[in-house]
Amino acid sequence: MSDTTARPDPLSWTCPAPVRDRPRVVMGHGGGGAMSAELIEQVVLPGLGGPVRAALTDSAVVELGGARLAFSTDSFVVRPLFFPGGSIGDLAVNGTVNDLAMSGARAAFLSCGLILEEGVELDTVSRVAEALGAAARAAGVRVVTGDTKVVESGHGDGVYINTSGIGLIPAGVDLRPERVTPGDVVMVSGAIGVHGVAIMSERENLRFETGIESDCAALGGLVDAMLSVTPDLHVLRDPTRGGLAASLNEIAAASGCGVVVRERSVPVPQPVAGACAMLGLDPMYVANEGKLVAFVPREHADAVLAAMRAHPLGREAAVIGEAVTDHPGMVVARTGLGGTRVVDMPMGEQLPRIC
Amino acid sequence: MKYIDEFQDPDLAARLLDDIRATVTRPWALMEVCGGQTHSIIRHGIDQLLPDEVELIHGPGCPVCVTPLEVIDKALEIASRPEVIFCSFGDMLRVPGTGRDLFQVRAEGGDVRVVYSPLDALRLAEENPDREVVFFGIGFETTAPPNAMTVHQARRRGIRNFSLLVSHVRVPPAIEAIMQSPDCRVQGFLAAGHVCSVMGTAEYPALAERFRVPIVVTGFEPLDVLEGVRRTVRQLERGEHTVENAYPRAVPPEGNPAARAMLDDVFEVADRAWRGIGVIPDSGWRLSPRYRDHDAEHRFQVGDITTLEPAECRSGEVLQGLLKPHECEAFGTTCTPRTPLGATMVSSEGACAAYYLYRRLDLPDRPGSRPPGATAPAPTATDAPAVTVPSREDSSVV
Amino acid sequence: MCLAVPGRVLSVEDRDGTRMATVDFGGVVKEVCLEYLPDLRVGEYAIVHVGFALQRLDEESARRTLELFENLGMLQEEFGDPWEQAVQAGDSDGLGREVQR
Repeated sequence: MSDTTARPDPLSWTCPAPVRDRPRVVMGHGGGGAMSAELIEQVVLPGLGGPVRAALTDSAVVELGGARLAFSTDSFVVRPLFFPGGSIGDLAVNGTVNDLAMSGARAAFLSCGLILEEGVELDTVSRVAEALGAAARAAGVRVVTGDTKVVESGHGDGVYINTSGIGLIPAGVDLRPERVTPGDVVMVSGAIGVHGVAIMSERENLRFETGIESDCAALGGLVDAMLSVTPDLHVLRDPTRGGLAASLNEIAAASGCGVVVRERSVPVPQPVAGACAMLGLDPMYVANEGKLVAFVPREHADAVLAAMRAHPLGREAAVIGEAVTDHPGMVVARTGLGGTRVVDMPMGEQLPRIC
Repeated sequence: MKYIDEFQDPDLAARLLDDIRATVTRPWALMEVCGGQTHSIIRHGIDQLLPDEVELIHGPGCPVCVTPLEVIDKALEIASRPEVIFCSFGDMLRVPGTGRDLFQVRAEGGDVRVVYSPLDALRLAEENPDREVVFFGIGFETTAPPNAMTVHQARRRGIRNFSLLVSHVRVPPAIEAIMQSPDCRVQGFLAAGHVCSVMGTAEYPALAERFRVPIVVTGFEPLDVLEGVRRTVRQLERGEHTVENAYPRAVPPEGNPAARAMLDDVFEVADRAWRGIGVIPDSGWRLSPRYRDHDAEHRFQVGDITTLEPAECRSGEVLQGLLKPHECEAFGTTCTPRTPLGATMVSSEGACAAYYLYRRLDLPDRPGSRPPGATAPAPTATDAPAVTVPSREDSSVV
Repeated sequence: MCLAVPGRVLSVEDRDGTRMATVDFGGVVKEVCLEYLPDLRVGEYAIVHVGFALQRLDEESARRTLELFENLGMLQEEFGDPWEQAVQAGDSDGLGREVQR
């Protein structure tokens, strides 16, 4: 090995590049970032054949018998199953309800597929089902069809759930990132990073105590309140995996606009800031389950913000930035000091760092 | 958070910047040694706020990046064994060995777990007496004491199924290697504050004297970094080269004697290979013979794994400030954040990635950040200099 | 090498012969090993890295550093450099730790 004899040469410093061509699925493929997108684009879509654009978005808008429907599906594999502020049952309902709400649709019907691992306690299944039922009632949606499968012990994580949902999109509502134009005001419905930190606090080997609970909630009512101000909102997203950063990047990329975020305006609760400081994470990349980010035409911004703040799930709503003509497709944060940084699309799994 | 938020105050930052502007008269190249400082600089946009005369060269202080390929390959080999629970800090999982990384090992069935602390790995060893728990002990002088304590505890408590794969490195020999490089451009160092929290400041006066270079012990919040820059620039302008401590709240001159005593007990200084650079004499630690039973390399007989380092990119020259990222032929063509050739392009904190992103931003205050031939769009409101630093007259003190 | 954050000690105890503390990081509470700072008391701040308290955070020093930042510029114009004054006033090792004003 040449290393042991060669004179150390700092000028030949090379740093390692991450592995890009993987023969197997790794956790990062499910992170909601660039790796997820590549998996879908390069592996899944070619198999499906033809352009299935909707496979890349959380929810599809389809026309059927003259009606405009939003149609969405989501799978839930959270660990632990029960966490501060919710459970996989709440997530399974609210996740799909929220995906529909981001199209402007009020969820009407859900399907529910349960995949149970051999050996899981019936009491656990019962508690998950109760949480599902309660969340569905709270969201005003009916679970109308379902399926249950059992896999061998060791082949699942207790309970996996898939839900699909459909809902009607009101006339005049057209929420798409392509509609974003420079000057649009960017707002979030409340504090970010709460769900992700609540989950992390319960993870084996990261365990820490914090008073905060998941923000898991159904956003249909909040979206209704916003649309009652004007149907002319441009785009809504619920920043789940990949956090606010992933949602803003998706919107920037699809709209061709740049997005500027004033970092100091982004509401980050103290425990989220503390957990992120401790683990070396950026709150902009931490998952939310009961928040939305909206791009609103400037003339409606004040009224929409007021409507959000009048709703229980939007009390801490805040304007965080705007869409701009500069740096198209990119999200740039103005830092507290007045500098700028690029808020990039997260790559894969968010990991605690030590340096 | 207390003792973080106060040190991010924009008004005080403006005062520090004001002072730096008033002091600097010509170009200076400073190196921040620590990856944590690089992170802070990019995260807060500090480099854009500094006067053009002050150039920050991002140093090699990222333990994840300098861990040699050979050690990673040993980790991959150990982590692949069915009896092993392989524990690591999160950011090591991404770093590739020869052709694969720890994520891949996990996808192939290896039991690889991310832990926050080495003590979590020790607890796993206690809870799984029929498994072999291995912790990947990487890092500089800051991380070495926690790992040393964990091995010490394992021995004291008779937890035999715990072992450490050691690849610890030390800052002073790296500074020495950088300064001995014939083309070295570094004129002043921001020394890594948390390394000095453990080691104290005694190792640095000799280096400052020998290479006639200012060394300022620097913290990590924006005001700390600015104060480190301010003091280094002031020394350079005055022709001085002493060691100063700009992070006294966390760095007493003697460091942490208890931690240093533990390091001396558990480890012994050894030559260490740095990824891409080769072996630097005395630049690291290995487990001392007393702790051989807890040495994963010994336990799993992976000592014969040797790997040659491939030279993939010119990030070494970038790290030395010899090459601006956009001057590299691969920059923006075969090497982009989505298809990086080197770590400087991998993370958003890397110099190349930062350049790549700023170039696309067309920041007007970064000369040279635009590739030749690129046309600049008309400046707009958001292109304006990001902060207006108050003039001396404005910065009244209440 | 360096992600270490300041936290406040809430309680201290010995567990399995190891000195441990619960430490508050802005509302997040985590177990921290105190073996390297056995004298740390409840209410004090420590710099914590990967679950270990590595150094006591000197609150008085932090306050003085901020005060010096606040006086930058003004003091320098009217009274000369504050750091130099501090060194003259009692920082014998020139490393800033014993700065007195």
